[in-house]
Amino acid sequence: MAKRAAPEINAGSMADIAFLLLIFFLVTTTMDVDTGITRKLPPPVENKDENVDVKDRNVLKVLINSHDLLLVNGKPGNVENLATKVKDFMAIHPNNSAYPEVTEKFIPELGKKVPMTKGIVSLKNDRGTSYEMYIKVQNELARAFNEMKDEQSLKYYGLKYDQLVDDKKISLINKLVPVRVSEAEPENVGGQ
Amino acid sequence: MAKFKTNKSKGSPAINTSSLPDIIFMLLFFFMVTTTMRENTLLVRVKLPEATEVQKLEKKSLVSYIYIGEPTNQTLYGTKSRIQLNDSYATVGDIQEFIAKERQARNEADRKLLTTSLKVDINTKMGIVTDVKQELRKASALKINYSTRKVLRK
Repeated sequence: MAKRAAPEINAGSMADIAFLLLIFFLVTTTMDVDTGITRKLPPPVENKDENVDVKDRNVLKVLINSHDLLLVNGKPGNVENLATKVKDFMAIHPNNSAYPEVTEKFIPELGKKVPMTKGIVSLKNDRGTSYEMYIKVQNELARAFNEMKDEQSLKYYGLKYDQLVDDKKISLINKLVPVRVSEAEPENVGGQ
Repeated sequence: MAKFKTNKSKGSPAINTSSLPDIIFMLLFFFMVTTTMRENTLLVRVKLPEATEVQKLEKKSLVSYIYIGEPTNQTLYGTKSRIQLNDSYATVGDIQEFIAKERQARNEADRKLLTTSLKVDINTKMGIVTDVKQELRKASALKINYSTRKVLRK
């Protein structure tokens, strides 16, 4: 029997099939990267009486009530200038009793003592506060600390903090500008 | 005398399209590999807040998600904010168990690096979020990430 040649398959429509699949994946693809504000929760307290004593002048109290209004150290404030306030508070003001205490801390990487503020930002919110406002405030606090990190980074390395690549440099800046935000236990004043 | 063939028709030659499928396949494979299908079907409505100071969440395999928001089906479940873990509604009391399960699903070295991503709707009240945070503290899942959309500073 004569061997019949297998008929050639027409591959002309291959491109169309591939296109169809391509369009399907193009439509279903979501390339969203998860972004967010990373925070570290304090470890659970074992006995509640153990209160850490912090001097009043060292704490910047930020309160958000159930109507999303801000109180910064006893005075009404707004979100827009919160970062400036925090930066001003955390800056080094030696021998000024209106600002937090300043201590000298030895940094081995620099080989010298560096003045460090003892200031802490304390954030307290009500159970009725909206999440949107809370994130706004957290964002402003993060902004203040990031700007301070940028300043230190520019001073020592001439680069902004997020442009640093060397892990050693990053950890040094983190040592110089610790993110000191404490979250108090929540209150229920305004109700849910 | 030699005869030269002169191409009288001066129209542009047809483009060879035989490699078109290959190119398309290449694109196709790219999208097939990068596509991540959503793992959970959302039972709560989550509109994320906006923030400027955001960090990227690296290593998706080390992230467990907690969704908080109003139920999507409000005629059935009401309008009160609910917590969603995996594929079902949960209460605050279920969180410790959820974290324990998430830990068990990872190998030992990765357990410390586990991050909890809170995807919370902007209209949620902080009360429920605080409860969740207290539970996470008790479960010592201390690394958390408030999921936000990145916007540029005005």
